Amino acid sequence: MDQAYGIFLYALSLLTMGGIYAVLTLGLNIQWGFTGLFNAGIAGFFAVGGYVAAILTTPPAAAHLGGFGLPVPVAAIAAMLISAALGWTVAKTCIRLRADYLAIATLGIAEIFRLILKNELWATNGARGIALVPKPFEGLPEPWNQIAMAALLLLIVFALYLALERARLSPWGRVMTAIRENEDSARAAGKHVEAFRVQAFVLGSALMGLGGALMAHYLKFVDPNLSDPLTATFLVWVMLIVGGSGNNKGAILGAMLMWTVWSATEILTSQLPPDWAVRSAYIRIFLIGLVLQIVLQRYAGGILPERREPPPPLARKPAE
Amino acid sequence: MEFLSFHLIPGIVLGSIYAIGAIGVSLTFGILRFANFAHGATITLGAYLTLTLVWGTGLHPLIVLPVAMAATGLIAIGMDRVFYKPLRASDTVILVMASFGLMLMLRSAIQLIWGVQIEAMIPGIQRPFVLFESLRISPRHVLIVGSAVVLMIGVHWLLSYTKTGKAMRAMSDSPELARVTGIDTEAVIRATWFVGAGLAAAAGTFLAIDTHVETQMGFKILLPVFAAAILGGIGRPYGAMAGGLVIGIAEELSTYAWFGTAPLVPPGYKAGVAFAIMVAMLIWRPSGLFRGRVF
Repeated sequence: MDQAYGIFLYALSLLTMGGIYAVLTLGLNIQWGFTGLFNAGIAGFFAVGGYVAAILTTPPAAAHLGGFGLPVPVAAIAAMLISAALGWTVAKTCIRLRADYLAIATLGIAEIFRLILKNELWATNGARGIALVPKPFEGLPEPWNQIAMAALLLLIVFALYLALERARLSPWGRVMTAIRENEDSARAAGKHVEAFRVQAFVLGSALMGLGGALMAHYLKFVDPNLSDPLTATFLVWVMLIVGGSGNNKGAILGAMLMWTVWSATEILTSQLPPDWAVRSAYIRIFLIGLVLQIVLQRYAGGILPERREPPPPLARKPAE
Repeated sequence: MEFLSFHLIPGIVLGSIYAIGAIGVSLTFGILRFANFAHGATITLGAYLTLTLVWGTGLHPLIVLPVAMAATGLIAIGMDRVFYKPLRASDTVILVMASFGLMLMLRSAIQLIWGVQIEAMIPGIQRPFVLFESLRISPRHVLIVGSAVVLMIGVHWLLSYTKTGKAMRAMSDSPELARVTGIDTEAVIRATWFVGAGLAAAAGTFLAIDTHVETQMGFKILLPVFAAAILGGIGRPYGAMAGGLVIGIAEELSTYAWFGTAPLVPPGYKAGVAFAIMVAMLIWRPSGLFRGRVF
């Protein structure tokens, strides 16, 4: 019975973390899947979102900026807005760069964010991070708080999915696909390519900020490791590519699946003798890299490849 | 004198390391046309191979370096065969993703084989040369800069006077034209990996002599190395050398107290100098200082 209960709680944590990653992969899917923008700085926007939420909701502390005591939803919206504003600044300056130049530039910008989080002690408490971030449903009794948190995440992911599916099938979404597939012809069709790209980048950055805020509230703690490029940038990329970029369902599936693999391998390797457990932690990362290579070479579209629906028939007025 | 000993000379040393690392990035970017994110892990791999040879033979790192360079070069050719060759016809972004994945795999393989503890390449403390009573130069700095200059001359000779080097330059200028002229493009690609990864091993070894060996060392200098390659102009190995020196010196000079007594840039932000220069270059002059190509 105890074991079954433990597994149940573990499944809830998988759903919650998978849900947070699904918010990130959906954000990346807008940028990369829809529009073809290679953002290698996910970790930067994610960490900024987390820190904004932490600073706005924690009780006053001498070590860092804080004491605003705002409710969690307000802080989450603020995290999205500030990430979006940063995304706008980055997009305005870098959006014309070709794919791998954009990747290098965004990776560099994320590292600058990381340096700021580490060095601006008055606001972020540096490497020691910000603790006592409130967690939603903390007042509920033991299993129910976890159930409520997982349910909240699933609800957020579902709402985002509905909204993004709508966006993808709308004329706006079709312009995005057109830009990704053939920028010149989209421009020739009179679309303002740069403006659309900026919109996609900003929207994606906002979701990454939301993901960071959710992570901060779930872990009740933020520190500069939040902006670790390995777990925040590369893992999200692998999730999207494995799930199927350009497909919102694929993005969610990839996040849930890869998070389960990532987390389950941690449990497996922690069963090994201590000497091996430390080393085998690296086997996990090796395997993640290998999965990415296999998917790129054999299943370039991911598990759920992008689907192209024909545009809806035009509603014509009956001829009079 | 403090300016020379603690800012300009370390800047030149760091700049030489970046320059050697950046030549590889510039060559692969120019010839294979993608930004190789695994280059940092290759730098780390080279440093560990040198370290293993030093442990095995007890010789000075610079003596065993050629063996480590050749080994790293061969490993890079093997990795190209397995991971990049099947994707040759794909979009560049797919290749960049593959190099992402390879970076993760290489780094974790290094951590698995050698562990994560910090190792010293040359044990003990070296007494610096003292010139003019106060100018201090560490012998290891002289060795690093000297070896880097030898390698740069070697690269110049390779690109200017050998058939392989000329073929590499031709492919960098126009792959289609190179193929039409009968150049064996696959052989040129293999040569590019060999040279680029060999130089990465040298950069890693120099960095390890200057500081120490650890598994994140290559990732830490990946962005400055990209910055150097972009500053010099992609596909311009000479530009990469100059770019490396500029970035290295700029990083070290940024913490000098130019105005008053406080350092111009707080030391915590030193690493940001390279990123800032790189982002600025990408935005305003993506062709680099030496008119490289923008693909």
